[in-house]
Amino acid sequence: MNILDKERKLQVLEKNISDLGDSESVSKLVEEVEKFKKNEMTKLSSWDKVLLARHPKRPKSRDFIDYLSKDFIEFHGDRLFGDDKSIIGGIGSIDGIVFTIIAQQKGNTVEENIKRNFGMPHPEGYRKALRLMKQAEKFNRPILTLIDTPGAYPGLGAEERGQGFAIAENLKEMSRLTVPVIAVVIGEGGSGGALALGFANEVLMLENAIYSILSPEGYASIVWKDSSKAPLAAEQMKITAADLKDFDIIDEIILEPFGGAHFNPELTFEKTKKCIMDTYYHLSGLARTELQYQRNAKVRNFGFLQRFNYDNLKEVRK
Amino acid sequence: MNKIGETINKRKKLKHNIRLMNEESRVNRELDLDIPEGLYDKCPKCGKLTNMKLNIENDYICKNCGYHFRMRAIDRIKYILDEDSFVEKGIGYITLNPLYIEGYEAKINKYKKETSLDEAYIYGFGQIYGEPCIIGVMDSHFMMGSMGSVVGEKVAKTFEYAIYKKLPVIIFTASGGARMQEGIFSLMQMAKTSAAVAKHCSLGYLYVSVLTDPTTGGVTASFASLGDIILAEPNALIGFAGPRVIEQTINQKLPEGFQRSEFLMEKGFIDQVINRKDLKKTLHQILQMHRRTV
Repeated sequence: MNILDKERKLQVLEKNISDLGDSESVSKLVEEVEKFKKNEMTKLSSWDKVLLARHPKRPKSRDFIDYLSKDFIEFHGDRLFGDDKSIIGGIGSIDGIVFTIIAQQKGNTVEENIKRNFGMPHPEGYRKALRLMKQAEKFNRPILTLIDTPGAYPGLGAEERGQGFAIAENLKEMSRLTVPVIAVVIGEGGSGGALALGFANEVLMLENAIYSILSPEGYASIVWKDSSKAPLAAEQMKITAADLKDFDIIDEIILEPFGGAHFNPELTFEKTKKCIMDTYYHLSGLARTELQYQRNAKVRNFGFLQRFNYDNLKEVRK
Repeated sequence: MNKIGETINKRKKLKHNIRLMNEESRVNRELDLDIPEGLYDKCPKCGKLTNMKLNIENDYICKNCGYHFRMRAIDRIKYILDEDSFVEKGIGYITLNPLYIEGYEAKINKYKKETSLDEAYIYGFGQIYGEPCIIGVMDSHFMMGSMGSVVGEKVAKTFEYAIYKKLPVIIFTASGGARMQEGIFSLMQMAKTSAAVAKHCSLGYLYVSVLTDPTTGGVTASFASLGDIILAEPNALIGFAGPRVIEQTINQKLPEGFQRSEFLMEKGFIDQVINRKDLKKTLHQILQMHRRTV
């Protein structure tokens, strides 16, 4: 039983209770619900987290922005080709400090999802992001990016307009930025499409978010030629916040309320806000060049490898 | 012996060891390159059986249709650089298995034996008609040239070594993308290599990237497309998403020539598509024009 089934069961149970009104069996049912909540809903496998990260009711970037910044002004377009609706960019103040906010947006409804291309950006989206980042640097404004995408869009137009080139350019320029960059993975962090906004001084991640090199389905279909083995792939790929914290790829985990972010969005937003501001105050103590250095030094250490000790080489050769 | 003496001795020993290792690897690799006289192979483009020996003498280009065969890294280095000018750097990295995937180490060992390379990428110092440069070559025969932690590290080291030596970098890319067996670590190599390019770039040094068949995925989305000058071999597959993924997404067949180097030049992403026979000469010209007098 995965988390979505559990959620459905919980709803049925709670509905049963409210239908019954007052009776003896109610207290029994209440007990059952509490037990179910405590024992079952808190046990999450990696696959459960994948499902939660993609949950249709999960708060999207726009909801986060609306809570974080009451005065957000959106800026459109990359000044080259067009406006990509799957990336929202603009400026807004959080706790009195003006941030440039760049976020990947999925839709809450089917129509919005189609409009937002299911959160899969085209090259113009990344170029818009880069334009806004450069603008932020000009005005010495911190940058906040919210990551929630299945990946960069693999389509004809995207290839024609240089998807790979746009992402590469973003990575190169982000390594040179001299303002604080904070990235928050709020849902799915899919592949290069997520990293193109995720090259930051500090990377925060919601508890039930995922960050991976490709989707578990894609992994399963490549390794086992069977995409239905995705749950197994999710386990093997180590894509949850806790795993990534172990690897030191991310810096902070933002805990979610019981049942996931959509059970109590307000609380999630509040915790996220607090974490962002803590990180910001921590980073604002660094000078411009130090910020640049810190970001690059962090990324320089990523990797899992070993090297011969040359002094022992002779012994090894024998 | 005093402390300084010790350090000097240690350095001498180290250099000696590196030289030994270099020689060994070079000898081993050359042994593998002997190709029997009568070996015939089918050309992937025209489908005609052709004598490989003759093709190799023809700069690894099909005699019949002009198809550019995928070159091994060692062949590429021998082909592009002056004889005996190559000094390999960054030897001795060991690929690990961070996700504990069954059979990954065995696979790596198999490729190591087949290609006589440590990993899908080698780099070092070399000269092109006497012009010094740092050269890096990816090998698509090693696990589709995929970029894992070691490849990423070596690419970053290439640029750091070039900064240290104050030399331009030439990288030949051939890769299927980031290596999924190393999960998130492979993904992070994209950021790492891009940051290394940025540093080399901001100090004013030249970086020429030569895209060869195939360059896709995470490599396209990082150092491959960040060259000051981007060259490509004819008919090379270059793109971010693989053709099969795109076909599945849009549910239709891709047009002829889509994601090929000529197509990308048409769209304005590549400086020039260049025949392999002219490559060495052009690279030499570029290096010469960027020679730093200081």
